[in-house]
Amino acid sequence: MKDRFNLYRFASPATFYPLAGALIPYFVAVSVVFGLAGLWLGMLVAPTDFQQGEGYRIIFIHVPASWMSMFIYLVMAGWAAIGLAFNTRLSGMMAQALAPTGALMAFLSLLTGALWGKPMWGAWWVWDARLTSELILLFLYIGYMALTAAIDDARRADKAGGLLLLVGVVNIPIIYFSVKWWNTLHQGSSVNLAKSSMATTMLWGMLLMAMCFWMYSIAVALMRARTIMLERECHTDWARAELLGNTEGAGK
Amino acid sequence: MIHWNSFSDFIAMGGYGLYVWGSFGVTALIMAIEPIVVSRNRKSTIARLKRQLRAETRNTAE
Repeated sequence: MKDRFNLYRFASPATFYPLAGALIPYFVAVSVVFGLAGLWLGMLVAPTDFQQGEGYRIIFIHVPASWMSMFIYLVMAGWAAIGLAFNTRLSGMMAQALAPTGALMAFLSLLTGALWGKPMWGAWWVWDARLTSELILLFLYIGYMALTAAIDDARRADKAGGLLLLVGVVNIPIIYFSVKWWNTLHQGSSVNLAKSSMATTMLWGMLLMAMCFWMYSIAVALMRARTIMLERECHTDWARAELLGNTEGAGK
Repeated sequence: MIHWNSFSDFIAMGGYGLYVWGSFGVTALIMAIEPIVVSRNRKSTIARLKRQLRAETRNTAE
């Protein structure tokens, strides 16, 4: 029984820290492979769209960035729920590590959307339900980062930030279903479980790029999480041992 | 198998070059800069924590 694999063990920073460090290079490598495959399919092989010409190719970053901006928020809200319910140390660190990447994904989604909207709709920006709710998502990320940064005590910052995340989660279904619920200028979803409106190469290019963005986000968030862990746990034995044996910060 | 006839076609993107390459360029830039910022921040944090730790151990030794 003693040797049984125990998932809860990884909820402790002392075991999670080295595990995350070992996994990061793999996530980076997988992200690069998916990215190259996705770019090759999307930019070189996929055919021209019959309505939007070559301009549609923005989809290969717009959709992955938008998906990640929503998905990262859901993961953060999940960590917040766990943290508030069970008072786990790791939860708040993970949420904080994910926030800047989520904000960047929301920003990229809005920026590539503007660059797509200009040639297709004739406007960089419209106050459309999809666009507006995605902008609110960016503000939620920024609000979460500002709130947690403004509170000195880390555990209290986690709690306040966690509440904000849980309240804001209502925005995610609004973004997702906005193109169904309202008459929007934004086009409907290109991918359905039943049938997809896209050519196979387009669809695979997009899915590969989404995997690339996903693995990238995990790698960067784990890097950030490790730093946060060291900083918050610097009074513990494992963190001291790690700092004394660490050469990454040498020469500074 | 390759969709494009020439490299200049590829760059022009059927007249949407500015929008398509603008999107890909900014994304590539952000995905290059974010990890650099994160690892710099990590290095400076580790250096600071090490200084703190050394100062603490010196104080307790005295």
